[in-house]
Amino acid sequence: MIIKDIDFLGKRTLAFAVSGLLVLISIISLATQGLQMGIDFTGGTIVEVGYKESADLSVIRNALAEGGFSDASVQHFGSTKDVLIRLKPQEGISSSELSNKVLDVINKKTSERAELRRVEFVGPQVGDELAEDGGLALLYAMFGILIYVAWRFEYKFSVGSVVALIHDVIITMGFFSLLGLEFDLTVLAAVLAVVGYSINDTIVVFDRIRDNFKMLRKEESITIINVSINETLSRTLMTSFTTIIVVVALAVLGGQTIHNFALALLVGISVGTYSSIFIASAIVLSMGVTQEDLMEPVKEGVDIDNMP
Amino acid sequence: MQNHFPLWKNGLILIILVVASIYALPNLYGDDPSVQVSSSSTPLAQAQVKQIEDHVKQAGLNSKSVEYTNGQALLRFENTNDQLKAADVLRDKMGNDATVALNLAPATPAWLNAFGAKPMYLGLDLRGGVHFLLEVDMEAAIKQAQERYTDDVRTALRTAKVHYVSVGRDKDRIKVQLKSAEEVEAATQAINKDLSSLKFESVENLNELILTIPEVEQREIKKFALTQNITTLRNRVNELGVAEPVIQQQGDNRIVVQLPGVQDTARAKDILGTTATLEYRLVDVEHDVQKAVQGRVPIGSRLYYEKNGNPILLDSRVIVTGDQIVDASSGLDQNNSPAVFITLNGVGAKKMGKVTQESIGKPMAVVFIEYKIKTREVNGEKLRIKEKVEKVISVATIRDAFSKRFQTTGLDNPQEARNLALLLRAGALAAPVDIIEERTIGPSLGQDNINQGMNSVIVGFVVVMVFMVFYYKVFGLVANFALTFNLVLIISLLSLLQATLTLPGIAGIVLTIGMAVDANVLINERIREEINNGNTPQASIFAGYEKAFGTIFDSNITTLLVALILFGFGTGPVKGFAVTLSIGILSSMFTAIMGSRMLINWIYGNRRVEKLSI
Repeated sequence: MIIKDIDFLGKRTLAFAVSGLLVLISIISLATQGLQMGIDFTGGTIVEVGYKESADLSVIRNALAEGGFSDASVQHFGSTKDVLIRLKPQEGISSSELSNKVLDVINKKTSERAELRRVEFVGPQVGDELAEDGGLALLYAMFGILIYVAWRFEYKFSVGSVVALIHDVIITMGFFSLLGLEFDLTVLAAVLAVVGYSINDTIVVFDRIRDNFKMLRKEESITIINVSINETLSRTLMTSFTTIIVVVALAVLGGQTIHNFALALLVGISVGTYSSIFIASAIVLSMGVTQEDLMEPVKEGVDIDNMP
Repeated sequence: MQNHFPLWKNGLILIILVVASIYALPNLYGDDPSVQVSSSSTPLAQAQVKQIEDHVKQAGLNSKSVEYTNGQALLRFENTNDQLKAADVLRDKMGNDATVALNLAPATPAWLNAFGAKPMYLGLDLRGGVHFLLEVDMEAAIKQAQERYTDDVRTALRTAKVHYVSVGRDKDRIKVQLKSAEEVEAATQAINKDLSSLKFESVENLNELILTIPEVEQREIKKFALTQNITTLRNRVNELGVAEPVIQQQGDNRIVVQLPGVQDTARAKDILGTTATLEYRLVDVEHDVQKAVQGRVPIGSRLYYEKNGNPILLDSRVIVTGDQIVDASSGLDQNNSPAVFITLNGVGAKKMGKVTQESIGKPMAVVFIEYKIKTREVNGEKLRIKEKVEKVISVATIRDAFSKRFQTTGLDNPQEARNLALLLRAGALAAPVDIIEERTIGPSLGQDNINQGMNSVIVGFVVVMVFMVFYYKVFGLVANFALTFNLVLIISLLSLLQATLTLPGIAGIVLTIGMAVDANVLINERIREEINNGNTPQASIFAGYEKAFGTIFDSNITTLLVALILFGFGTGPVKGFAVTLSIGILSSMFTAIMGSRMLINWIYGNRRVEKLSI
């Protein structure tokens, strides 16, 4: 069952090329089309309404246009019975009255009364702060990991793990940018969860590399790292597999509100699994890691004896 | 003896399991639709509870139970239909003095309540309701303080008999203009005596004094504005009749208001956001109103307009303001027109009594003040500007000295009287507030969110469990027990902490389930490796657990680090997600390392084993 001899690092040039390409595409997409930011970040109003029967979007659009909401975007949300109306931040009307007015306007025109499912209004300044807080959280998380890994392992390892994390984050966001999927606060939470997941994965591999550097003193670094990845491979795949199962359950059954969250996790976990196998260790190797790097700080034996 | 836990360790794990189960249990019982009755002023008396019960019975409705705690009555019903009917009946019968609110009361059995066990607190996205984020206009708070000080400076100078040309607000400062340089010293002394906190600034003009409110006090004013507003909002929300509202400070100048179950957002917004208050002022009958309209407003007076548009001059000194009103109710006066009956506090009553005593036969006006948000276009850019709207709602001749209680008339209709009474009763906002974020979740969406979230938890959970047994056999089964224990532990911790469970929180639980397997996978893979290396089963189990520990620790601590950072910086969904993720990581470490090992020890420990089922 345990596959011992796949030469992962031998393919690192290919892996770097593939990753480089994906990151490049992501960056280009992020730079040219950017992210389809949700109202959490941009501010504005969304009104979600539900009907008993399928709703005709053009009727609703006309009603809104007549009611003075010509820039409203109207689309189905999940099913044809649910409709999502988006309005840009408007200064003309008192924001707090907007949702009621929208509901009045469409109820006048449609034969059936809409059931209000959700209204969200976010002021523009709140959105800016959220985006800033989110970006900061991401930055601090990376920084925290950088320090922790440098302390527990060695700085080359912390560089490897953080580069792999940045790789995961950029590709996940690039995926959202390319497909024009909405990026809201829950998706941001997902991206941050991916950081947590991916670092978990990477650390497991690093941990084994550290062990093996101590045990297989005669071998070359590349061999030791390859063996380590192989030894942890079944665990990496197994855990990713179970996590992906539950995330797929979330994507399929969790409902529309949380769909993008699940999607971001799905992409992120896949990329994260790939990067902890092919990228993180390869970077550590490329930085010329040697046995001496790991000799000093480790006092594992003492820890373990005291543990349950 | 290998792979054998001492008794205390087994005992500890089992105790934790039992305690966790008890605190997770309330979540299985669900909610009862119920009606909560409380009184707006005094706590409800026991006798009134009986009365409430009778009202409901007379309407032919059967309540499941009636509870009386902390001066509130809670009536549980079988279904929402009975609940709604009962609420209508009670609103009718109890009238003005009681607040009737719809509620979902946990149907936790009494024996669980005895442990203090409560179900998880569901966020608005799971049960429906409104969330507002309000921003307090701090500039307005400071401006109001400056205006107060300006009046006080005037009074101080007058009492000290210092002649001044003018006292007024000048940008962020208070400017006092005196007749001559000689009087500056006297004025300084007078101000220092009565208003020692004001700071003097150096001035170029000899006849002038420039005063500012010191930084420290400005901060105090802002802090006061925030706490005062929270108190006021709490009062107003109570008037709305909302069960379990959340009113919390967020940051330096924001307030979160969450109203579970509220659907009428328009009314909620009206009540929360309106800054309306009353002021009582004497009418200036000595000066000519027409001249004032042309721009020559006499010193000591201010020009106002009545509701019909007629100009009127009022004394610039306020007799009493809205924050001195302790109670207000609406009704009809002797002429059958809508009126607000007002009760003042001690200070207000004393002042009102003194002024009215001295001014019998003179007219007094009631000024209604309201802050409204208007949009104005400046250089093609639309700006939202807060506008203070002041109008005189009634002018009446003082016939007698006012006492603590009196009435105000001149309102358009009973609805206006009711709203004004409510606002006065709930107290004035210290500074205007702006709704900067609003989220309303309909109850049906909330229910959908719960159902779908729970479904995905169950499906994900079952699939993972099946897979684990298939892949690791007995060890997989043990991992499944650990996983179940983990879920129970997470739910009990969330219930115990009364952390708010939101949809992203559920997602966090789902993700944790996927990741919780990791520790068991690490352990099991290690054990397999040890066996492949030719170790005995007992030694393999021992080494597997010991060696995997370091890895589990390192990898989970880094993830926990991320979760804690998320919690620190996140708001809303990010925070909710971080809470469940952190709890999930800690509990999965405990259950995977300790819980599963206990079971493995029971199965394999302390005896000769030929082969492991892994």
